[in-house]
Amino acid sequence: MENKRLTKVDLIFENDGTCATTVLDKARAMSQDDIIMEMIDSGLKGRGGAGFPTGLKWKFTKAEDSFDKYIVCNADEGEPGTFKDREILDTVPAKVFAGMTIAGYAIGAKVGYLYIRAEYNFLLKKLNEKLDVFNAMIKEKDFDFTIEIRSGAGAYICGEESALFESIEGKRGEPRNKPPYPTVAGLFGKPTVINNVETLVYATMIMKYGASSFKQMGTQDSRGSKVFSVSGDTPNAGIYELELGMTVADFVNDFGDGDTKAVQVGGASGICVPRKKFADMIIGYEGVPTGGSMMLFNSTRSMYNVLKDYLEFFAEESCGQCTPCRIGCQQLLHGIEAVKRGEKHPSYLDSLKNLAETMKLSAKCGLGQSVANPFTSIVDNFREEIIY
Amino acid sequence: MTDVNVIINEKIEKFGKERHALMPILQGIVADKNYITEDELLLVAEALNLSAADVYGTATFYTFLDVVPRGKYVIRVCKTISCHMAGKDDIIETLEKTLSVKLGETTTDKKFTLLQANCMGWCHKGPVMLINDEVYPELTPEKAIAIIAEYIAK
Repeated sequence: MENKRLTKVDLIFENDGTCATTVLDKARAMSQDDIIMEMIDSGLKGRGGAGFPTGLKWKFTKAEDSFDKYIVCNADEGEPGTFKDREILDTVPAKVFAGMTIAGYAIGAKVGYLYIRAEYNFLLKKLNEKLDVFNAMIKEKDFDFTIEIRSGAGAYICGEESALFESIEGKRGEPRNKPPYPTVAGLFGKPTVINNVETLVYATMIMKYGASSFKQMGTQDSRGSKVFSVSGDTPNAGIYELELGMTVADFVNDFGDGDTKAVQVGGASGICVPRKKFADMIIGYEGVPTGGSMMLFNSTRSMYNVLKDYLEFFAEESCGQCTPCRIGCQQLLHGIEAVKRGEKHPSYLDSLKNLAETMKLSAKCGLGQSVANPFTSIVDNFREEIIY
Repeated sequence: MTDVNVIINEKIEKFGKERHALMPILQGIVADKNYITEDELLLVAEALNLSAADVYGTATFYTFLDVVPRGKYVIRVCKTISCHMAGKDDIIETLEKTLSVKLGETTTDKKFTLLQANCMGWCHKGPVMLINDEVYPELTPEKAIAIIAEYIAK
């Protein structure tokens, strides 16, 4: 398997205002299909974590025959350990708006919504000011497109795309069954492209520099670069844009504190990589995929406490709609507490692993399905810490 | 404080009378009054021609749409992993002492409510708290006390 060394990149946070306007001129001169081909050719995959190819999403939505279509920017960044979208919206908002406008033009949407979590309300004043300027600018450039901002109200689940649609529609943020996928029936039941904040900025940068320069970075499965949110036991906590395809070992060399025993890749719903697997594990779709959350734990940390923290998070944030997730999250939490107290035999952890696996198969949405990721990877690699 | 009907009508003018106006209306009420009363929920339901149960069900789904009395300043301390490791327990203990309340309670003068919340997106600068919409990262117990003193003086 090919892998890359750790290389810092500066695309996302490159200058904002002028970049957005020149890129829009360039997009306006291209046909809708050419823009979509450029996105497909770049190999860009969704940067929110799920990793669906962005160009295909745009292509499927364009192919739908509907007068109303929507672009939604998912800024409901709630995954523990992720904070990059806040920084992107704070420093380069015009590039986010430009990405939405390019997508809107490519698929034939007239309205775009930016859904931002309530925890980031302090950004709203500045964002609205920038947006007013931007909306006026694209009118002048003859784009038939307007962007509006909608706020969340403190629900992790609304980062799930269909729950986010429900929330904009004024309902409880409960995920829908899929199919139909958003490309067919999304916001208000209309074909919708929903992309993460960072994905939309990459779309802008791909329009600027071309697909060929973007795909020169990264690996076969993980093209380009990615913004990482680094936290936990590290002297260098913060936001870094890195080329995809490095190993966890390379990452830990740069960001660890010399005593790193595990890295949680992809937030609470991601996978825990123990030290013995650092060298072989590539950060990307061929290894551990990630929305960018990298939490480092050193040997002073109890992985029981880490897992317990995650499970409390999921038990609280589960929307409660489907039984596997509503009951499963609580039982996993109660289960490890019972094992810790010695009320259950350590082998009970295997029953709990089966429960997590059942949730993966039967939960309605990504929240319940992904609880098995941290659960199994922590229990398998740090079993003694859970028991004793 | 604004009359709730004024808030409702203002939002309806901007967002229309459809269901998708519900969140902006509820958010508008919370921004002005910190929480929504039962009577206000009924007014919203009537204005949008929705059932009261539907409006109540939606409001109670969201952590930031409080339907129980809250203080003028709602303090939310992040409790998720990175802030936990960075010492959020000390911050909560300090705030409990400074405000003479327990987690989840409101001060007797109705000025402060102390709550915990899940990840707020400041994991590299924990511990962090929100006071209404304002964010305070990289807290220490001393900093937390100083911030509260500023709000008490307001």
